[in-house]
Parts: sequence; C-alpha cells; structure tokens
Amino acid sequence: MSVLLKAEQVGKRFGGFVALQEVDLELRAGERLGLIGPNGSGKSTFVNCISGDFAQHDGKVTLAGQPIDGLKPHMRARRGLARTFQLPQPFNSLSVLENVRVPLLFAGAAGESTRRAMECLEQVELAGKSQKLPRELTQVEQRRLELARAISLRPQLLIADEAMAGLSNAEVDQIIALLLRLNEAGTAVIMIEHIMRAVTAFAERLIVFVAGRKIADGLPREVLALQEVEDAYLGKQ
Amino acid sequence: MSASALPALPASDATRHLPFWLGAFGVAAAVFLALKLIGNEYGYYAGYFILQYVVLASAWNILGGYAGYVNFGAAGFMAAGAYTAIVVRKAFGLDLIPGILCAAAFAGLLGLGTGYLTLRLKGVYFSIATLCLAVVLQTLVVNWDYVGGSRGAYIIRPMTMPGFSSYGEYIFTVMLVLAVIAVGVGRTVEHSRLGRGLQAIRDNERAAEAVGVPTLRLKLIATTLCGALMGVAGAPLPYYSGYLNPEAAFSLSYAVNAIAMPLIGGAGTWLGPVIGAVLLGSLQQAATVTISSALNLWIVGWILVIFVAIAPRGILGWFGKR
Amino acid sequence: MEFDLNLLLNGIVSGLLLGGLYAAAAAGLAVSFGMLDIVNIAHPALMVAAAFLVVVVGTALGLDPLLTALLLAPVFYLVGTGIYTVYNYFFERRGDEALQGLAFFFGVMFIIEVGLVMAFGPEQRFLDPDWGFVTWRIGEIDLPLRMLVPALFALAAIGLLYLFLHKTFTGLAIAAVAQDAEALRLMAIDPVKIKRLAFGISVALACIAGGALIVVQPVEPSSGQIFIGRVFAICIMGGMASLSGAIMAAFLFGVVENVTATFAGPSWAPAVAFGWLLLVLTFRPQGLFGRAA
Repeated sequence: MSVLLKAEQVGKRFGGFVALQEVDLELRAGERLGLIGPNGSGKSTFVNCISGDFAQHDGKVTLAGQPIDGLKPHMRARRGLARTFQLPQPFNSLSVLENVRVPLLFAGAAGESTRRAMECLEQVELAGKSQKLPRELTQVEQRRLELARAISLRPQLLIADEAMAGLSNAEVDQIIALLLRLNEAGTAVIMIEHIMRAVTAFAERLIVFVAGRKIADGLPREVLALQEVEDAYLGKQ
Repeated sequence: MSASALPALPASDATRHLPFWLGAFGVAAAVFLALKLIGNEYGYYAGYFILQYVVLASAWNILGGYAGYVNFGAAGFMAAGAYTAIVVRKAFGLDLIPGILCAAAFAGLLGLGTGYLTLRLKGVYFSIATLCLAVVLQTLVVNWDYVGGSRGAYIIRPMTMPGFSSYGEYIFTVMLVLAVIAVGVGRTVEHSRLGRGLQAIRDNERAAEAVGVPTLRLKLIATTLCGALMGVAGAPLPYYSGYLNPEAAFSLSYAVNAIAMPLIGGAGTWLGPVIGAVLLGSLQQAATVTISSALNLWIVGWILVIFVAIAPRGILGWFGKR
Repeated sequence: MEFDLNLLLNGIVSGLLLGGLYAAAAAGLAVSFGMLDIVNIAHPALMVAAAFLVVVVGTALGLDPLLTALLLAPVFYLVGTGIYTVYNYFFERRGDEALQGLAFFFGVMFIIEVGLVMAFGPEQRFLDPDWGFVTWRIGEIDLPLRMLVPALFALAAIGLLYLFLHKTFTGLAIAAVAQDAEALRLMAIDPVKIKRLAFGISVALACIAGGALIVVQPVEPSSGQIFIGRVFAICIMGGMASLSGAIMAAFLFGVVENVTATFAGPSWAPAVAFGWLLLVLTFRPQGLFGRAA
C-alpha cells in the first residue's frame, strides 16, 4: 500500500511552550490508525498542523506525495483531507441536508449536491432528519452529521478527533461501526480517542503521544503493553 | 433507511428567479405610476430618500446578514460614491449613469482593500477598520479643494430630462431601478452557493474552511459587493440636491440606518432590509416635519439598541423565518 | 525645507505629552477589549461625554477640571456596570457577541453622540483650569502645563490601575477571568461580577481621560469618532491586554501623530491613526509590545 500521509519532524511551539516536537509519522492508504496520549500531549496540536488550522509549524507534511505545508485548510480538503472536531461544529442555521451540501457546492458538484448529500446522510443513518436543524439532533446524531459532512467529498484521509467523547456505550459502538464502514470504502482514518476499547476495536496500528513527542508506534496490543505507555497514563513520569 | 423512504427533496437546486424579477419590476412600476398620479414633487424626494436606504440596507445585509461581518462605515462608502460622481463630472464631464458605474468600481475597491487587510484576523478588526475608514475619507475630502473641501461642491443639474416630467422624477426613477437591482443582487447572492458559503462562514468559519469553503475569497467578494452597492447608493446624491458637502455626505444618519434597517427588518434574508428601510425610512420622513433631525436620529439609535437586544432576528424573525 | 531641529524636538515632546492623554484613553480599552474581549466601540464616546459633564459640573461648582473628573469617576463606574449588565444579559449569555453585540455598542455610541448634540449643540466646549496658561521651559523645550499636568494625571491613574490589577485579589481575578472563567467559578467567584467590576473600571478610566482631554483641547460631540481609530490602534499595538504595552504604544503614537501634524498640518491626524492601525493589523497584529492578541 502506498504512503498517504507523511509527517517529517513536525513540531509546534507557542511562545516558549513546546507543544509538539520532532514527530515522524507515516500513514498508508486505507489504514486505520489510533492516536492516544494523555491530555495536553500534543494530539490535537498535531492534527491541527496536518489540517492546516496551524499555518506555521516546524517540519514537513506530505499528502499523497504532495507537500501541503502552507496550504489553507480548504485547499487540503480539496486534496482529500477531512476532519471532525472534538465538539461538533455544525452550521447551526442550515438544515442537516444543507450542512452536508455545503462542501459539495464548493467542490464543483453543485448539480448533484443534493443527491450526494442524501447518500452521505444515508450512510450515517440521518436521511430521515434531513430537514431538521442541527440543534434538534441528539449529541450522537450531531456527531454523525459531522461525519457525514466530512465524508461528503469522499476523502482519502479522515481525522476523527475524539468523535466519541461523551457518548454512551451503545453510541460508541454505533460510531465505531460507522467508521469501520467508511474505512471499508477506502478512507484511511486517524482516530484520536481516550476511550480505550474504541481504539483497540478499531485501530490496526496505534501511536502514543506524551508531552509533545511520539513515544510508541506499532500494533495496539504491543503498544499498550509497553511500560512507558502505562507510566504516561498512570503519571509515573 | 431505504431510498424509497427519502423525503421530498427541497427545491433548493432550482430557485425560481423569474417570478421575483417580474414581481419586483411590477412593484416598481406601480410605485412609479402612483407617484406620477399624485404629481407632487415632494413624493419623488421622499421616495428617493427611502429607496436610497433600500439600497444601503440591502448592501449592508450581504456582508452583515449573510456573512456576519459588521460594516460600520456605510457613511464612508456612500460618500465615496457621491464624491466619485462629483469628481468624474468635474474631471471628465461624465453624467449620472457613468458616475454610478465609477462609484461602484471605486467603492468596491475600497471594500476589497479594507477586507484584504483585515479579514484574515477576527471579524471585529474589519468592523473597526470600517469605522476608521469613514473618518479618514472624511478627512481627505475636507482637505481636498478640488471637491470643495468643507465648503462643498455644486453640480449643475439640467432643469428637465427628456421622457420625464421633471428632473426629480428622473432621479427618482434611477434610484428606483438601483433599488430593484440591489435587492435582486441580495436575493441572487442568498440563493447562490456564495450565499450558502457566507452563511456557513457566519455559522462556523473554522468548520467551513475545513470542509473546503474558500472562506477568505468569499468574504472578499462580499466586502467588495457591499462596498460597491453602498457607493452606488451614494452616487446620485449630488445630483439629487445639486449640492453636496462632507457633513451631508458622511451623515451619521447613513451609518446608523445602514445597520438598523436590516437588523430591524430581519438580517439574513433579502426581504428584511427592504422592510426595515421602508418602515424606518417612512417613519423618519414623517418625523422630520415634527421633530428635530437630531432627535429623529437619536430615536433610531434607541430603536436599534432595543431591537438588537429583544428581537435579534428582526421583524421577519418574529414571523418564524430562520 | 529647512529642517528645524527645535521644532522637531518640541514636536516630539508635545507628542509624548499627548501620548499620556492617549494612554489614559486607551487604558480603559485595554481592560474591556484586551482583557474582557468586549468590543466597546462606545468607549471614546463615553470619554467625550465625560468631558462635557466635566465642563458642566466644573463650571457650575467652580472646580478644577481634573478634580471634577475624579469626582465623576464613580458615576461613570456605575454607568459602566450598568452597560455591562445589559450587554451580558442580552448578548454575552446568548453567545450573540459577534453581530448583535457590536451593533449594540454602536447603538450606545450613537445614542451618546447624538444625545450630546441635542443637549449641548454641535459646537466645541472647553474648560480652562487656573494653571492652564503656564508654560515651563527647559532649555529649548516648552512644557505647557496644559498638556503636562493631564498627562501626569493620566499616568498616575494608570499606575493605580496597574497596582490594582497586580497586587489586589480582585485585580488578579480580573486578569484570571480573561484566561479561564471556569476556574474562577470553581473558586466560588462569579465571573460575571468580576467582569462587571472590570468594565465599570474601564468606563471610569474613560471619565478620567475625558477630564484630561478637556484641559488639553476643546471638545465637540463628534470628537469621539477620531478617537476610535486612535484608541483601538494603540490598544492593538500595545498587545491588547498589556497596560505597559498600551502606554508605550500611546507615547509612540502621540509622537508620530504630533510630528506629522507639525510638519504636514493638523488636519491629517485621523489619517495617521488609521494608517497606523492598518499597518499594525497587516504586519503585526499581535502588537508591537506586550503579549499576543
């Protein structure tokens, strides 16, 4: 499988505070990657460097062989990168359907935007609520909407940033199943999570961040057994 | 959830444009005929006053209502349009219609420039910049003798216009057409992907950017359109009264009404600014005969504050529109 | 043009003195805009209103303008808390700060300015203190008391504010509320109360600045409009929440504006304000001094 995403020596500092340091990461097409680490370990910072929310950072990021540093988020979206946010960020004054249509309108698919948007809503099982407003949805439905919007452009890579925070066990299973279906269709997924069973159920590979550095990268079972990982979570640092 | 259970798709892909334009020109024709029958010159002047605000409010709404960016400098953009008309008349002998086009171009550039410099930052910086822009433009005009400085400038207007019973009727008609165009532009934007994109930006700019909406480009288009239309609203002003000075061109009345009218009528749809302009404009026209202009404006200020606090969605919002 | 060093020197000195006044005007904004993130564009209008009130009360009671400003400051504090209460109730709680909140403050600014026109007419007002005609001389440099005393007065007020913010518990709470309102709640301190206090202080500072202003130059109802550009430019240049940054930016601003006015004419002052603001926003929005915006 080819390399889809390559991060080389990515770092980010805010004033004197080093949030991220010398992170090297490779993601293959269609891969399911889990990204875990204690709060403040740099996971979201890393994601924001990949997505373009942070325009400036150290190191180099390449997507499908093309460097994407300096590109704004909307350009990266056009190149096949999609992300969801820790707290759902719907367009509150637009209907569920319109929420998913927006990306399609700007991807040159205006004519078939309604049809494709409905397809995405079907995939997340929200088609019946297409005319509702986001605030009328439950929390898990809002997260499904967020995912529908993220996949509307058929991305090569989807970053799911704590997509299951605050959900019940059944709802977590729902989202995992959804992400697995998306992955089967060909989308690589980076899942950032604190819910361990979600990560172990979903990820083929696991990466651990601690204090801005990557300290482990490998099979979930093996990584979770590492002493450093256990120490990081139990605070023996 | 099978395909057969899908609800009926909304007609959003195929907006009907023709009924609107027919209706708009119909209303415009009716207004024109009504005033012609009344035959009173004052009717044309009052009408001009209100139509001017229809254009201004619609312009403001494109940026404020759809994108959520507040332009405080309506007076500056309007005056820029008015003085552009004066300058091209003095320098090139160009009359009203070419003056309007030049005004649109110049004011549009001003909008683009202000946007370009400030829109990469938080929205409030754009708003502050528009406030400052108005003050700076006024300073420039006051110091520029070519346009008369603080003494003002005169425009010799013809006594009659072929095809119209008076010059007043002519200029009213011009403003009527401009109003229809401005509202039409607003509505076209609203139903276009530009409008959807602006709404997405207003709701959640970061998410819009993340899903592929070119936020900066859309915002710049909106500021340019807004500036251009506001300039267009101001271009006929020197022809309306034959004389213009900075105090009148940069009047606070424009600044406050450009914001109050769309917010009170209902920002976010093309109809809101029209309602707000007609309502508030008529009230102010009626009030000028009874109370001082300062008190008049003062009341508008209070209405703005109260409405924005209690009825943030404006009049249309009360009637259940989103 | 013959370069007059003396003129330049005096231009710089008066610029610094003017900067003291501008610092007073901007300090309040550093609190409301910098620390509380409230875009109070009515701040200069409040300053002008204070200036007018100082004229009225000072003339009626035969008091020195700066003293009058000091006496009126508590009144303006209350006005500030009132405005914040309304703002918080209708806008902050609803999360409507962006569009409606801005429109609200614009409306307040408008009401104040037009209200002043109705109450006082559009002409200029001034109030001369007894010492207003004295000028000290140090070598070639003129130090008119009319500018020196208000500047010192303003700086004293800012100094007091600085001590308050850094040495008292309430003051530290204000700095904290800007960073983490939730943490304050956990300490059983109501963030809304703190913000109300802070906003009240910012408006009280506007009153102090108004008193200083009326000594330095005549004031008319529309004077606030020019100040909007100035104070926001200074506040942003100073790095938003930093008082010391605002002071330094104010001095720099005053010098540039005054030197320009001396050599190019006073009617270009607003252009300087706007030009600076645009330059700062374009090249260094995090400010020239202080922390990031």
